[in-house]
Amino acid sequence: MLQERPGARFPFSFGLDLVGGTELVYRADTSNVEDIGGAMDTLKEVIERRVNIFGVSEPLVQTESAGLVSGNKDERLIVGLPGITDIDQAIELIGQTPVLEFRLASPDAQEVLKANPDTPVDSLFIATGLSGRYLSKARLEFDPNTGVAQVGLEFNKEGGELFAKITREHKGEVLAILLDGALISAPVIQDEIRDSQAQITGSFTPAEARDLVRNLNYGALPLPISLSTSQTVGATLGEAALNSGVEAGVIGFIALSLFLIFWYRLPGLVSVIALISYIILSLVIFKLIPVTLTAAGLAGFILSIGMAVDANVLIFERTKEELKKGKSIHDALHEGFSRAWLSIRDSNISSIITAVVLFWLGTSAVKGFALTLGVGVVISMFTAITVSRTFLFAIVPVTDTRAKRFLFSNGFHK
Amino acid sequence: MFVVHYRKIFFLVSGILLLVSIAAMFVYDFRTSIDFKGGTLTEVKFSERPAQTETELKIEALNMGGFSVRPSGDFNYTIRTKELSLDERQELIQTLGNPVVERQNTIGPIAGAELKSKAVKAVGVVMLMIVLFITFAFRKVSRPVSSWKYGLATIIALAHDVVIPTGIFVILGHYIGIEIDLLFVTGLLAILGYSVHDTIVVFDRVRENLHVNAEGNMKEEFETTVGKSVAQTFGRSINTSLTIFITLLALFLVGSPATKDFALLLIIGVIIGTYSSIFVASPLLVTFYKWQKK
Repeated sequence: MLQERPGARFPFSFGLDLVGGTELVYRADTSNVEDIGGAMDTLKEVIERRVNIFGVSEPLVQTESAGLVSGNKDERLIVGLPGITDIDQAIELIGQTPVLEFRLASPDAQEVLKANPDTPVDSLFIATGLSGRYLSKARLEFDPNTGVAQVGLEFNKEGGELFAKITREHKGEVLAILLDGALISAPVIQDEIRDSQAQITGSFTPAEARDLVRNLNYGALPLPISLSTSQTVGATLGEAALNSGVEAGVIGFIALSLFLIFWYRLPGLVSVIALISYIILSLVIFKLIPVTLTAAGLAGFILSIGMAVDANVLIFERTKEELKKGKSIHDALHEGFSRAWLSIRDSNISSIITAVVLFWLGTSAVKGFALTLGVGVVISMFTAITVSRTFLFAIVPVTDTRAKRFLFSNGFHK
Repeated sequence: MFVVHYRKIFFLVSGILLLVSIAAMFVYDFRTSIDFKGGTLTEVKFSERPAQTETELKIEALNMGGFSVRPSGDFNYTIRTKELSLDERQELIQTLGNPVVERQNTIGPIAGAELKSKAVKAVGVVMLMIVLFITFAFRKVSRPVSSWKYGLATIIALAHDVVIPTGIFVILGHYIGIEIDLLFVTGLLAILGYSVHDTIVVFDRVRENLHVNAEGNMKEEFETTVGKSVAQTFGRSINTSLTIFITLLALFLVGSPATKDFALLLIIGVIIGTYSSIFVASPLLVTFYKWQKK
């Protein structure tokens, strides 16, 4: 029922409950960390790397900070995996704590890589037993002579001994640093290091060095995360929800249009045109922002179709009143628009207030509803007033006849 | 206008509805969903669906604590349990003969409790902000009834619009197993935002009529002004609600099962909200005026 041109530049973005997939929400324990923002950024990077290994087409990894604005008591990590319905496998993959390893380049690494450029990083390096848990600290330093950024490492006692042994035996070789199996730095051992202190030098920009320090620190001291909620929706169920949602929208629109034309006659027809432009404009905005459409979001949009014509109803009723007072069609329409404006403005503001609070309350489903409703109210204020005004004043007759007055009036009265 | 004249009758009707709703909340349990109390919801699809009692017996044997099984569509069951671990989830699916898992949501008890407090706060914040907004919007209208009383009439109407649909849903929960979930709260908030629409339309007309009277130096009883305003806006209040009712009905009848209960709530809310705007909020203005005169 709903098909999109493949490769569209601005595709609709559908929620996991409509396309099928898994959403996992984790809470992070930040009680032992000072730089919460930095720790969360690293956590996000680490999880993104893992999700990529999983081969998901468009994974979404977000962090949500604690505080009054979000209403959360703790830092959260939200992982969306479209198309993945094996929830247990996904949880297992993501749930591991990040692993930081120091590995030596295998002697034949160069040749292997030449023969097969796709060789996984993992098999190019040999484990040394030195890992993140031996690292006590990494920090950003600057070379006192050249002023170039470098990364200082400090191992604990056990780690220092291991490190000394490795550097003694493998002078001149590459000692790579891997985070979750991905290479983050490949320094060459310059000399034996006995005092548990080492520097990674290279042509780092300060920003790169800082990132590396962050990765090293949190690889060594990962943020514990625990699964707070998980949601999986199968693809067929999602598709059915999407199709029936769209169907409801189409039927609702047709029924509403019939009512408007039957009751409000010519202005009713104009309001249907305004409604069509409302629908098109909203869909465009949904694509451009983009607004993620969920089942609740679709419901919000369908609800907003019903609300979008409210402004027109208020205007037309007012026009009818003015016509009854004996005004010409032109004047009555004019009065209808200007007098109805105040109540249209005030009533829509209350809906916008609601949408904002709903967005705050939001889990992804509710956020979808809040967004479509809020966007809908704002756009409909424009279409219901501007579009219908333009059309109505374009067709307003110069002379009044009984038939014309009938067309511009409404309801069952004379 | 009869609405204002016979306001005591309408107050009585609303009072009875309110009492029944509140009584229902005490008599029946709130069937809150896992959104608020934590737990696991599993929807499974069978090619040939076994009997419900059979399924229940199988789950009973697993000793997973309290649970419920509700049919969904022609082939599915929705099973609600406590929060299940990975092993328990696999055990459950195996016991049922490995049906297709259509969806599975797990929410931890802490997350549930947090969401609950957030939901209650959200309802409070929306009501407060709307009242403040109304007081602000009608700030220039201070005679004969001061603008905060417009706000007060609105808040009473809003409370009315929250309590009655909740009561109806608690009763529906008892008889057909509808649950109070996050979408329910979302729906309530949407109702609040919408119910005010109609109230504002009437109040706006009161404001306009008071202005016209003041300019023309006409003396008119406040009761008459409000009655006239309600009568003048009656048709449009009904019609604006009708347009929403039409689209919601489509959503309820053909929309996704995921939003069916939600659509039902909104339909009930729109009806109650329209009723309260016309028959509660506006007559209340007159009542406040009378009290003030005493």
